[in-house]
Amino acid sequence: MRRGEKVMTYTAEVLVYLKEGVLDTQGKAVKQSLQRLGFQDLEDVRVGKYIQLRINAENEEAAKARAKEMCVELLVNELIEEFDIKVVDRPCGPQS
Amino acid sequence: MRAAVVVFPGSNCDRDVIHALRTTVSADTETLWYESSDLPKNIDLIVLPGGFSYGDYLRCGAMAARTPVMKAVRRFAEKGGLVLGICNGFQVLTESRLLPGAILANQSLTFICRSCTVRVERTDTPFTLGCRENQVLEMPIAHHEGLYFLPDEEISRLKKEKRVVFRYCGPDGELDDSHNPNGSLDNIAGIVNERGNVMGLMPHPERASEKILGSDDGTLIWNSLRIWLEKGGR
Repeated sequence: MRRGEKVMTYTAEVLVYLKEGVLDTQGKAVKQSLQRLGFQDLEDVRVGKYIQLRINAENEEAAKARAKEMCVELLVNELIEEFDIKVVDRPCGPQS
Repeated sequence: MRAAVVVFPGSNCDRDVIHALRTTVSADTETLWYESSDLPKNIDLIVLPGGFSYGDYLRCGAMAARTPVMKAVRRFAEKGGLVLGICNGFQVLTESRLLPGAILANQSLTFICRSCTVRVERTDTPFTLGCRENQVLEMPIAHHEGLYFLPDEEISRLKKEKRVVFRYCGPDGELDDSHNPNGSLDNIAGIVNERGNVMGLMPHPERASEKILGSDDGTLIWNSLRIWLEKGGR
């Protein structure tokens, strides 16, 4: 943490995926439905989660590190899931 | 027997468990609020009941597993205390890593609420010592997430260590896909930890603890615990 940096609110976007090899029943059902709708070119579907965190931090890296801690402690079950974190310095979604 | 039944926000089988424990084995039973970090003195058994703790948000049992009471439950289990997780309670035990694995959505993607039969795979645990080897018990299941999952290499270890206590089966104990209600790996319905003092299962013994409910096979579990404790099990 560098001195003099101002705390601001960052947005961390967390994507949670089911690991390869973990049965994704939702993904399978969605795939069947899409194929029934005529999307024969569809190869596979995996359904995951999107979590948006607003974090007060000194800089982007610090915000990302906190988001990672939150993933490990609660948001992600690492036996069955993997995650990616993207941090931006503004709100995301419809309001931005 | 002195038992405590944990109540999380969204638990809904706590009273049934208390009723079953009191009526079948005259257990001295009290409730334990999820915010408390101390356990009542001299308890023999903690039950994590079924229900929808925290609305099943994020992952079933995930938030309940990180409440203050679960820290106390972990200490209790580490000292050899008996812990039983039923349905959502089983999910809380896997989420808190007191038991291995994860419990995923049923293969059918539907909520399944019906009676089922399970085969007793071990009779040397505190929870099943009153059962016969391969005895078939009838108990209801009621869940949307009941598919027991473990990565390949870990499931073979679990089986080698004989940690599977109940398997879904047919009326005569036959193990096949047609008698696997939720797609659980290897028909697994209940497991224990290495030491054998923590068990989780998806079927509800408390809903099968008197004949008028259609089955009283669940009493075998309460009675096993009673016998174990009378023999000075811990």
